[in-house]
Amino acid sequence: MTTTQFEAPGTETREPILKARNLVKTFGRVVGLDGVSLDLYPGEVLAVIGDNGAGKSTLIKCLTGAEIPDTGELFVSGQQVHFKRPQDARVHGIETVYQNLAVSPALDVASNLFLGREERLPGPLGSLFRMLDTKGMRRKAKEELSRLGISTLQDVTVPVENLSGGQRQAVAVARAAAFGSKVVVLDEPTAALGVRESNQVLQLVRDLRDRGLPVILISHNMPHVFDVADRIHIQRLGKCAATITPQSHTMTDAVAIMTGAAKA
Amino acid sequence: MTQQQTAGPPSAAHADLAEEFLDRQTPLSRIRNILHRYPALSPAIVLLIAVVVFGLLNDRFLRVENLSLITQQVAVVGTLAIAQTLIILTAGIDLSVGAVMILSSMVIAQLAVSNGIPGPIALIAGLAVGLGSGALNGFLVTRFRLPPFIVTLGTLNIFIALTLLYSGGSTVRGSAMPDMLTWLGSTFPIGPVRISTGVVMMLLLYVAMAYILGKTAWGRHVYAVGDDKEAARLAGIPVNRVLMSVYLAAGAVLAIGAWIQIGRTNAASPNAGVDLNLDSITAVVIGGTSLFGGRGSIWGSLLGALIVGVFRNGLSLAGLDVLYQTLAVGILIIIAVSVDQWIRKVKS
Repeated sequence: MTTTQFEAPGTETREPILKARNLVKTFGRVVGLDGVSLDLYPGEVLAVIGDNGAGKSTLIKCLTGAEIPDTGELFVSGQQVHFKRPQDARVHGIETVYQNLAVSPALDVASNLFLGREERLPGPLGSLFRMLDTKGMRRKAKEELSRLGISTLQDVTVPVENLSGGQRQAVAVARAAAFGSKVVVLDEPTAALGVRESNQVLQLVRDLRDRGLPVILISHNMPHVFDVADRIHIQRLGKCAATITPQSHTMTDAVAIMTGAAKA
Repeated sequence: MTQQQTAGPPSAAHADLAEEFLDRQTPLSRIRNILHRYPALSPAIVLLIAVVVFGLLNDRFLRVENLSLITQQVAVVGTLAIAQTLIILTAGIDLSVGAVMILSSMVIAQLAVSNGIPGPIALIAGLAVGLGSGALNGFLVTRFRLPPFIVTLGTLNIFIALTLLYSGGSTVRGSAMPDMLTWLGSTFPIGPVRISTGVVMMLLLYVAMAYILGKTAWGRHVYAVGDDKEAARLAGIPVNRVLMSVYLAAGAVLAIGAWIQIGRTNAASPNAGVDLNLDSITAVVIGGTSLFGGRGSIWGSLLGALIVGVFRNGLSLAGLDVLYQTLAVGILIIIAVSVDQWIRKVKS
């Protein structure tokens, strides 16, 4: 388990859903990513941890199309991809929930779930008059929420600003997880939440995993990471210092690897 | 909240308690929630009260001819308020709406009268002026990322200067224009009431814009962009394209406003409508649309324009000096913005 190799231990025969190889990203003379590889397998929660400036966000941005890596390769379900925009990643089923909660407060839950991919009514009302299928979207939003096991959002017509922080996070996660996405990336989903709401979100992450949807979780919060992650990718100085599991290492070990006090 | 307090660690239980306390609703906060959900409700109540009070003060107020007059008086401001609402919904503001409208009306009138160009083509030219002005504002806002307030403060002066340069400062009288250009000043009878076509045109624009904002994806994107630009961008909405289209749509509405203005005043004057820039903002703000963007309704702006019209008309029928009308409008604006601030405090 003390591997710095990308191949997951225990000779994984499964094909990773998301595979990154030797990603390099520089900003002028600053090296953000220095040859980072990563594998995400179906039905696992992979946590990415690291100190500030370790390349966590750069790595995530490269995986989700927000940045274009200088060199290196990305594969989704074994197929090589080149993301130029976040939309490209979205087309390949990689959805991201950003730290600053990309939800529209004044719009209701259903509108937020369909924001940017609204559906129109069939027939001339939809094609000629561009009329939205509000009822249909509400119905589908409800279906998706119950499919994802999100029970905290009963009424999809409530404006998001009337929801609690945890419920808002659930809306953001639901939008990322809904509509046939393959990978959900969560950037610090519990950073702004209280204890109970954090627990709700962590439960949501477990539920997503149990439904077979792999999750990449970026977090500073070690207890949260060790609580839900199956594997933990530790970034240090632009490189992957180690990939560990909560069983193989303690939190103290992880912090030591993160800060360079210990070798993996 | 359904969780037992004993279920979690102590801190979780405290969080529960704190949240329950925050969730507790007073009658006042319940009213606030309702107003928050239906932004056109508070102006509707104000309008109703104003109509009743002025009706009691002076029995001429509620006569059909007077009510018809009020609608005619608000036709131009009401139309400009549509354009203003679109822009304020995106958390912008447009100080140049009146100037664009006047420039467009001068181009329409001059082309038709001085250059002998047929009415429809003159109107299309006016539309092009509206769209061009909108494109300039939109371009400066989206490409140079300048605040809309500053951009439109600049273009306001530019458009005023262009209007004076182009017209030479002279007014074009309606009698010299083709009938089509003054058509929106004509009236037709429905029973005992004479309805102005300009008012009908304004109402049609409201219906169309209410549909577009409420029932199409574009409308939803306009709200989303004004609500939280970054969130909209991350959701995959092309923010700059939406902003640009909002300024273009506003420009098109202003060109139709120019047509209504020519009909209403039976002239095209470069000195008309200096107050219209701010009056349109007044109507939108009194109509409950938030200056911070993303919240409000187009019908609120119509109600806002009507409230201003009713106050002006009612106070003058009550025999008060014009000064008091201006005073009343000023007080209304302050109250409307304060109410908006209060409403926005809902669980944010």
